[in-house]
Amino acid sequence: MSLHADFIVKENVLLVRLEGELDHHEASRLREAWQQELANNNVGHVIVNLEKLTFMDSSGLGVMLGRYKEVQASGSEMVICSISPEVRRLFDLSGMFKIVKLVDNETFALEMLGVAS
Amino acid sequence: MRNEMTIEFLSISENESLARVAVASFISQINPTMEELTDIKTVVSEAVTNAIIHGYEDNPDQKVRLSCAINGEEIEITIQDEGRGIDNVDMAREPLYTSKPEWERSGMGFTIMENFMDHVEITSEPGEGTTVHMKKQLTSTRALCN
Ligand SMILES: Nc1ncnc2c1ncn2[C@@H]1O[C@H](COP(=O)(O)OP(=O)(O)O)[C@@H](O)[C@H]1O
Ligand SMILES: [Mg+2]
Repeated sequence: MSLHADFIVKENVLLVRLEGELDHHEASRLREAWQQELANNNVGHVIVNLEKLTFMDSSGLGVMLGRYKEVQASGSEMVICSISPEVRRLFDLSGMFKIVKLVDNETFALEMLGVAS
Repeated sequence: MRNEMTIEFLSISENESLARVAVASFISQINPTMEELTDIKTVVSEAVTNAIIHGYEDNPDQKVRLSCAINGEEIEITIQDEGRGIDNVDMAREPLYTSKPEWERSGMGFTIMENFMDHVEITSEPGEGTTVHMKKQLTSTRALCN
């Protein structure tokens, strides 16, 4: 099973919905597509929805951390939502939730970034 | 029960998912929990990825060898490459350490292996290759046997 990424623009927010398995093989393709979306659209904040992500390893952490740094450098915020307990364990081990915000679902994430639903 | 398997595949990233699926279906015969299955798939993914990107530095013509053994309720996994090896294993095991920050590595591979498995042994010789040997006792099956 591979990875499918949907990119949706809502006001000034890029919404990234990931589905499937995120490993090293998929990580480089995802990074390219994601950077392209950030460059092509006039967006600041990013929401990453992991509801349908069935597998992730440390290569996925690398991609998330890489985008977080870019988004933060441009003065915007990145929020992760709908994470499964399995994927959450990896983030917890890496200490990433000390810096990246985590919320329960996409609606909360959009509200937090001031996007009307 | 006792069972063993070994597979060998080329060092291309497409084989990361192959390795996960192969081990997952092999160990399904001893009924791991979903959480145990995820742990095992994750550590296999970590070690195979390391062999491909660090051991063989993305050279696609090399071979990665993966063995898996079931000994009663214990699972043993060995992942082996004949790549560049690791100069300093203690440093490599440190959380967040990576020799390739420019590739967006998180440096969490060995930390994940150590957290998800009961035992992780790394044998490496610069210029010769690296072997990662891991063990995990399944709690679900252990509970059944008591
Ligand atoms: N099979 C291997 N061959 C050579 N070097 C390795 C191997 N596995 C790991 N390493 C070294 O150990 C470091 C840490 O590995 P890891 O914790 O998985 O982090 P990452 O893969 O994100 O760099 C790597 O950056 C690399 O220098
Ligand atoms: Mg690694």
